[in-house]
Amino acid sequence: MRVALFVTCVNDALYPATGIAAVRLLERLGVEVDFPPGQSCCGQPQYNTGYRYETEPLVRRTAGAFAGYPYVVTPSGSCAAMIREHYPRIGAKAAAEGRGTDLARLAENLVPRVYELTEFLVDVLGVTDVGAYFPHTVTYHPSCHGLRGLGLGDRPRRLLAAVKGLELVELPGAEECCGFGGTFAVKNPDVSAAMAADKLRNAGATGAAVLCGADNSCLAHLDGTLRRQGAPLRTLHLAEILAATEAEPLL
Amino acid sequence: MPAFPAAAREAVHDDTLRANLRHATHTIRDKRARAVTELADWDRLREAGRAVKDHTIRHLDHYLLRLEEAVTAAGGTVHWAADAAEANRIVTGLVLATGEREVVKVKSMATQEIGLNEALEAAGIAAYETDLAELIVQLGDDRPSHILVPAIHRNRGEIRDIFRTRMGDWGRPAPEDLDDTPAALAEAARLHLREKFLRAKVAVSGANFMVAETGTMVVLESEGNGRMCLTLPETLISVVGIEKVIPTFRDLEIFLQTLPRSSTAERMNPYTTMWTGLGPSKGADGDGPSAFHLVLLDNGRTDTLADEVGRQALRCIRCSACLNVCPVYERAGGHAYGSVYPGPIGAILSPQLRGTASEIDATLPYASTLCGACYEVCPVAIDIPEVLVHLRERVVQGGPVTREGLRVRIRPAAGHTAERAAMRAARLLLDHPGALRRAERVLARTRRFRPHRLPGAAGRAWTETRDLPPVPAESFRDWWTRERGGTR
Repeated sequence: MRVALFVTCVNDALYPATGIAAVRLLERLGVEVDFPPGQSCCGQPQYNTGYRYETEPLVRRTAGAFAGYPYVVTPSGSCAAMIREHYPRIGAKAAAEGRGTDLARLAENLVPRVYELTEFLVDVLGVTDVGAYFPHTVTYHPSCHGLRGLGLGDRPRRLLAAVKGLELVELPGAEECCGFGGTFAVKNPDVSAAMAADKLRNAGATGAAVLCGADNSCLAHLDGTLRRQGAPLRTLHLAEILAATEAEPLL
Repeated sequence: MPAFPAAAREAVHDDTLRANLRHATHTIRDKRARAVTELADWDRLREAGRAVKDHTIRHLDHYLLRLEEAVTAAGGTVHWAADAAEANRIVTGLVLATGEREVVKVKSMATQEIGLNEALEAAGIAAYETDLAELIVQLGDDRPSHILVPAIHRNRGEIRDIFRTRMGDWGRPAPEDLDDTPAALAEAARLHLREKFLRAKVAVSGANFMVAETGTMVVLESEGNGRMCLTLPETLISVVGIEKVIPTFRDLEIFLQTLPRSSTAERMNPYTTMWTGLGPSKGADGDGPSAFHLVLLDNGRTDTLADEVGRQALRCIRCSACLNVCPVYERAGGHAYGSVYPGPIGAILSPQLRGTASEIDATLPYASTLCGACYEVCPVAIDIPEVLVHLRERVVQGGPVTREGLRVRIRPAAGHTAERAAMRAARLLLDHPGALRRAERVLARTRRFRPHRLPGAAGRAWTETRDLPPVPAESFRDWWTRERGGTR
């Protein structure tokens, strides 16, 4: 099985370990992984801030980069939700405004092939035990776009629960937003910081060593707050935990 | 009104307010979740509510005329108000015509939206709020901060203090030894209000629904004060937004299930009052008013209706479930939204009803992380995040809107020049992976010089409370090329 990895711009530039982990994990499960170099940002920061026209070329670029791949897998619920939920809307609006119908067609073609990593593992590969080893206490923050946008449900937690050595502890108020929200974090810094503080207080109360998530943008916001506080808790992307094995442990 | 971020900053750092809000919203959101899961067909009820509301607003002209006919046939008088000023003028004129100088009020968002109390006061008419929470707000010279629980930002101790010091200025004073138990506070309010109900000749209300088929006005409430207002006075004047009409009496079966569960987490609200004009047995001899005036309020609603994406906000039944789950509302408080409609629904309703020209209205569409919790709980499935993004577009890109019935093109709001330039620069970089790769390499090579705090407003906003993520030695792109020898 051949898949294109959509590594996302945040992972590419700031969290390459997540992309590398996704490659190792998928290859270990017998998947042939390709990284189409024409890929870039999905356009979510622009779109969610109101710059829809600035998003259109990125929609075109993303669709072009992944043309011909039966599966496009990404370790980001938020970028997957952007494509699935908003690309068709952007295409429809462009058509309604008389700027061509190709965007709508490109979106329609791309959307059914895009999978968030845990969706791909559970729904397409049909695995929950990926043979990982991670002997630490972990709590999981389900980012909003994965939780409500994609409806990932308990897929991430099932995958984590099957990891050897891992003790999964429930995060109180897990379904509440961490306060990142893209440009929200800079446009409304006080509310954003208050939300992060509450999220981290809940995570700290679990006694877990690791706060796991499936979206590095939310984790960057939480990790940045933790570093500033000097707190012992650390954040990790789910892909990195799932990629860790006894032969190649992560921590 | 200040911009949302500035108004929210004050609330975030007010510990009492945050504790009050946190306690109240968490209690009610948990109860709502339980009340909703009791119904096996919630999703279908939600879909039915959405469909009825959509159908009605698509054929609003038809149903409003139908409503006018039915209300008139039942003995009422219908008035049409294009905006707040006209509505206030109509109501003030109607009150003055009765010769009365005081009115009792049923809690109503529409009358708050138009600033009716202030308009009445200017005409020498005293308006008494009879909803307990509205009474607290009125006595405290305060503003409501929640659609359903206007005094949600107050705790019991604060309420006792307001009753003790202010009740006497408005009528019967609070007992000397008033304590802060709910029963004592409710009893003080009951005695104070009863005098008002028994004396008032004119009542002013809103309505939760108006049934086009029968001309029936429907009011849902918890305390029964609304029913007192609707029953005792001789003249009833109701100010109702035009989007409150529903086609048939039978449609109520949906909303009488979804509204109470969404708003107060009750299976059914304690009081549901329905008035159909003045029947032959009513009037002078029976219960209820002998004169009924319905003021149908537009005030930006038909302009909102003209917007294909934004019009779904008109489905709102004012349950406030979105406020109670919103993490931003929980921390910012209702006053930060600068409108009688706070929270997620306010963030999409106010900039549509009022336009995006003012600073507060231009910042409201950004008062959300787009977490989607509001959409998930909305009993009429308003996709609030979708409308927020749509309105953000209007703020930064401008575009066609309808204002007072005219199609006009608005320009982008001021103050986004630097942001727009940054978005364009980012797009140029992101749309050229070669350039992106070079930029990533520059970032990696200069990682030792990475500052801990960033300059510029946006940079400072991030690094005020958060560190920047450490820059890796190698981007994923470069790792892939090194490991896998470039593209396949």
